[in-house]
Amino acid sequence: MTRAVLLHRAAPGVTVQDAGRPGWLGQGLSRGGAVDALSLAEGAALLGQDAGLAALEVAGSPLVMEVTAPARMALTGAPMRARAGDRMLAWNGVHAVGTGEMLDLSGSAGGFSYVHFGGGIDTPLILHSRSAHLAAGIGRMLRAGDRLPLGPDQGGREGLVLDPLPRFTGGILRVVSGPQTALFDACERARFCDTAFRKDPRGNRMGQRLIHDGPGFAAAAGLAVLSQTVVPGDVQVPGDGAPVVLLSECQTTGGYPRLGTVLPCDLPLLVQAPPGAVLRFRFVSPDKALAAERAEARRRKGLAAQLRPLVRNPRDMPDLLRYRLVDGATRGDDLDGGTA
Amino acid sequence: MPSPQEPHDPHENAGFPAVSPIGVDGLLIAFGGRLTEPANRAALAFRAEVDAAGLTGVVETATAPAAVYVRFDHGQTDHVALQDELGALLSARDWWSAPLPAGRRPWLVPAAFGAEHGPLLDEAATMAGLSPDAAVAALCARPLRVQTIGFAPGQPYLGQLPAEWDLPRLSSLTRVPDGAVTVAIRQVVLFSVASPTGWRHVGQTALRLFRPESGIPSLLRPGDEVQFRPVGARELDALRRDAPDGGAVAEALE
Repeated sequence: MTRAVLLHRAAPGVTVQDAGRPGWLGQGLSRGGAVDALSLAEGAALLGQDAGLAALEVAGSPLVMEVTAPARMALTGAPMRARAGDRMLAWNGVHAVGTGEMLDLSGSAGGFSYVHFGGGIDTPLILHSRSAHLAAGIGRMLRAGDRLPLGPDQGGREGLVLDPLPRFTGGILRVVSGPQTALFDACERARFCDTAFRKDPRGNRMGQRLIHDGPGFAAAAGLAVLSQTVVPGDVQVPGDGAPVVLLSECQTTGGYPRLGTVLPCDLPLLVQAPPGAVLRFRFVSPDKALAAERAEARRRKGLAAQLRPLVRNPRDMPDLLRYRLVDGATRGDDLDGGTA
Repeated sequence: MPSPQEPHDPHENAGFPAVSPIGVDGLLIAFGGRLTEPANRAALAFRAEVDAAGLTGVVETATAPAAVYVRFDHGQTDHVALQDELGALLSARDWWSAPLPAGRRPWLVPAAFGAEHGPLLDEAATMAGLSPDAAVAALCARPLRVQTIGFAPGQPYLGQLPAEWDLPRLSSLTRVPDGAVTVAIRQVVLFSVASPTGWRHVGQTALRLFRPESGIPSLLRPGDEVQFRPVGARELDALRRDAPDGGAVAEALE
């Protein structure tokens, strides 16, 4: 029987995601795929496999599952408490997990978490991708009882960790001007860059609404703009004046005026910002944007070289007594005959 | 049957085509600041030209109602180099009077109007200054071009309707089912998925507009033409149940 993952508990917000479906924009289908593409790259580096393999995307809700055969599992994105049976698993690590070990993820502070398996989730390809695209009616939210087949694992490392690119505290999002930026006058654009934004709790895979103090933003031309092509990262300003940053599952054309487009390499900062974290915008030139994007693509290719063994230094563990020690540590009672 | 072509007013398009970067890996070529038949035709024709040209680094093209989007691989080219190449293509001819690309198809699409299949038909007709029967006759009178596919998967924007159909969108949203025929701003939108919308729901087709299991998932393509054939509610229900493509038929159009 094929190796598989069995889901025992899954709240709405858990889907299968890979890099999505580029190339169908002309047929009205946005690319979709993992909201935090960087997490996919980190998971692939940890497992030593192709970044195109599919993983589980978890939008904050707890998840309980098990594997039907020994497997390697990597955890990336928004940190959660992760256990395999009695062991605590390090986030941003790759671990061996065994048959019958209950894998339990909980305690997300917001953002998107990713669970990767050696060989990837091997559900059927639809238009060359395994990603659920809920707005297009492709795939669905996962639920308890789902059995997800795993692809063949080429095997390799485990017990390694990766220092993730910091992206869990908000920060500055770089934006490039677009065809509609000039619909907002200089004053409005300057105010956009001077404003501290926070995420509205209602974000989803299609877009993240932002909230701020002060009046809403508005284009001088009003809302009657000819529909144009929309790309992920676009900062769209609907009638209520609260900007929405469009994400991977966004619509493909839209008539609301747009201030500009967030660089793809900065979107992880937005989608992984916890509630309350401050986000700001800064315009950069197309040249600088392209240089940043190319540099990030190179950095992601080199991630595998930055793995290090999972070794915990007690000096880095201020509440040592609160830890259930990870991988390789013992419960203390399992060495002396195993009488529980 | 060709769509009527508006003559191209050269003053309408001063400043166009306008090429601007959109995002870090795209360019938008706009053929007008508002939707006209020539601007839509220019967009359809120019996209076909870009697809045929095989420019280095171009990985995807799409149309908006009066614009073309070109996405490139930033490992192979950049905005500046691609803008030069597109500029050369743009200056090669007057795109507003370019012929429409080949391979377009005329569709005859059964649709039921009014009552439960189009609850806002009477309201939309009144706003257009027509009786409900005259409104249905007008919507079915001639083929409407698929100006673009967008917003949602496989979702066509059809136009252009006569001037009396320049209806504003609703200020509060209503929910429409998939296959719904809706109207606003001289256009018809057929909904590919059930959705809240500000467009007025006047009719219903049995079309399945997006089929992810197919290699070409969108039933309609930009440039295709759709003519509605009015049917009763019971016929539509039967088509929905039994007929492939909801009873719609197409032939090649040169």
